[in-house]
Amino acid sequence: MSHYQPSARGYYGQFGGAFIPEMLYPNVEELREQYLDILADESFQREYQLLLRDYVGRPTPLFKAERLSQHFGATIYLKREDLCHTGAHKVNNTVGQILLAERLGKKRIIAETGAGQHGVATATVCALRGLECIVYMGAVDMERQKPNVARMRMLGAEVRAAVSGSQTLKDATNEAIRDWISNPTDTHYIIGSVVGPHPYPDLVARLQAVISEEIRRQLREKTGSELPDYVVACVGGGSNAAGAFYHYLDEPAVKLVAVEAAGHGVDTDKSAATSVLGRPGIIHGSRTLLMQDEHGQITEPHSISAGLDYPGIGPLHAFLADSKRAQFLSITDADALQAAQLCSRLEGIIPALESAHAIAALQVMDLKPTDVVVLNLSGRGDKDLETYLRELHLA
Amino acid sequence: MQNRFADLLARKPQGLLNLYITAGYPGRHDTVPLLRTLAEAGADILEIGVPFSDPLADGPVIQQTSAVALRNGMTLKALLQELRGVREVLPDTPLLLMGYLNPVMQLGMEEFCRQASAAGIDGVILPDLPAEEYAEFYQDTFRRYNLRPVFLVTPQTSEARIRRLDELTDAFLYLVSGPGLTGGNQTADQGAQQAYLQRVAALNLRNPRLVGFGIADKASFEQACQHAHGAIIGSALLRALDGAADPHAAARQFVQGIRTTQPASTPATS
Ligand SMILES: Cc1ncc(COP(=O)(O)O)c(C=O)c1O
Repeated sequence: MSHYQPSARGYYGQFGGAFIPEMLYPNVEELREQYLDILADESFQREYQLLLRDYVGRPTPLFKAERLSQHFGATIYLKREDLCHTGAHKVNNTVGQILLAERLGKKRIIAETGAGQHGVATATVCALRGLECIVYMGAVDMERQKPNVARMRMLGAEVRAAVSGSQTLKDATNEAIRDWISNPTDTHYIIGSVVGPHPYPDLVARLQAVISEEIRRQLREKTGSELPDYVVACVGGGSNAAGAFYHYLDEPAVKLVAVEAAGHGVDTDKSAATSVLGRPGIIHGSRTLLMQDEHGQITEPHSISAGLDYPGIGPLHAFLADSKRAQFLSITDADALQAAQLCSRLEGIIPALESAHAIAALQVMDLKPTDVVVLNLSGRGDKDLETYLRELHLA
Repeated sequence: MQNRFADLLARKPQGLLNLYITAGYPGRHDTVPLLRTLAEAGADILEIGVPFSDPLADGPVIQQTSAVALRNGMTLKALLQELRGVREVLPDTPLLLMGYLNPVMQLGMEEFCRQASAAGIDGVILPDLPAEEYAEFYQDTFRRYNLRPVFLVTPQTSEARIRRLDELTDAFLYLVSGPGLTGGNQTADQGAQQAYLQRVAALNLRNPRLVGFGIADKASFEQACQHAHGAIIGSALLRALDGAADPHAAARQFVQGIRTTQPASTPATS
């Protein structure tokens, strides 16, 4: 997959790298030197695979969604990451990173979270392995994703509110990085998406790659071919999309569709559609596409979905957008809400607000009846029920 | 090429007081006048912080002063414009710009260096620009404009890496006093801090060493100067400016509080 693998310094084309202050250098360097060896290690793989199967519940089903297929006029398969333990794909990454942290001898785990799914997935594996867990979460997100705050607390994690900036995912990530700077020896930072300094984007992509590995196998069993016409996934930082795309990156016949949050619309100042509104810049240690003003100050994004409410995207995705390997679409808050209701009513599956953006994209994709589409249903919508009831006037 | 750092060190080999302020704080047009007041009150080196929306390595005080400065309308472009007259009032004091890479990248590194140099800036601290990237992409530009980079060293930085950083500059090395952010309380483990400063002092580096992060008062300043050529104070000074009716009076009083007697009874080992 050479073309889409990062260079030794962590670059995908012009995007990536490790723009970190010296205080983080030893930690990031240690990780960079060791992550590939640890991931390839037999004992790691044994433990990781066992946990994915017996704890996470993998492989997750690939479900042929008949009524959505009928509705959109193409064959739609849902990759059911919502059925992972804890309710989203995020746990694929945290299971891997907790094993990595153990091998690095770390005793204390920190994480950032937006929708709370990564926070819950981190709190979960910390409980499983008996490690201290601190999760940073924007104060606004703590309010709009309350059930996940409660779950983290039940699991024994400490949830710390990030109160700077827009009090969302970007600010939670700032606080997690500041914590790491302040605790340079005993702490591992489990980043929740394919963002951050090298090697994180590659590390997280590899840990999520199990999604497309399974899709290929499952699709062959169902259709005789491993290759769909489209793979569709939402992009906040881009980890579920990276996982769903990973083993298709070098299959030019497979069209990759990345769905960003348009918020109120890309022509308003309330949006999170980075590929449309961003320019190259540096956020959280990575050179990538970034929403910023003319002076290089990072602007505050908006999405109704806490998991997509981020002013950057991972450097792999910036490269996929730049090289046009993936098509980027953006979906408004309102359309995502409608798609969530549609999926609930047609398939009996309540999707996460993030995943609902991917579903809504089917509407604007110009599908043919012969098209086979795999949609990565990244998470379930329990955490969003309060928003759904309020916004869809169902309460 | 003129090197105001070397000139300063020749005049004054130890007890150097380096003060940091956030540009555009407390008021939009306070920056150059405050630099002058601080130099007249006894600062040896001055760092001008370029405010950034997401200052990753900074504690609450600089986060807050940066936010205020941005609300005041401070931008990198405006700052570079404003600094054009600074050498008329401060001919000899080494001046540094300190800030995050993204605003600099948006202006363009070449343009940034050109304007900084035209204003008479001597050095640049970009904490999120790794030394490797600097050496590969920007060293030539810096040299062309007679700008010197300053790199951070932490208690975790290996000896080999410290030596590499030492080779890359002839300004000074910024010794981060302990684990943490700017403005943090680093006095928790005095023993470990002193051992670290002594360890770096014993490396016989080319560059002078200034200690920063969490230096807040006369006691911590003098303590830091025992095994270094001087120390850097930012957050504590900004706290003193916060809400002051006359920021210049507050600044003078702050520096006098540090400078009441000559610091550093023990000479710096180097
Ligand atoms: C269910 C779900 N999908 C998607 C995302 C977005 O993250 P990423 O783009 O890394 O997959 C989140 C993040 O919180 C999420 O919870």
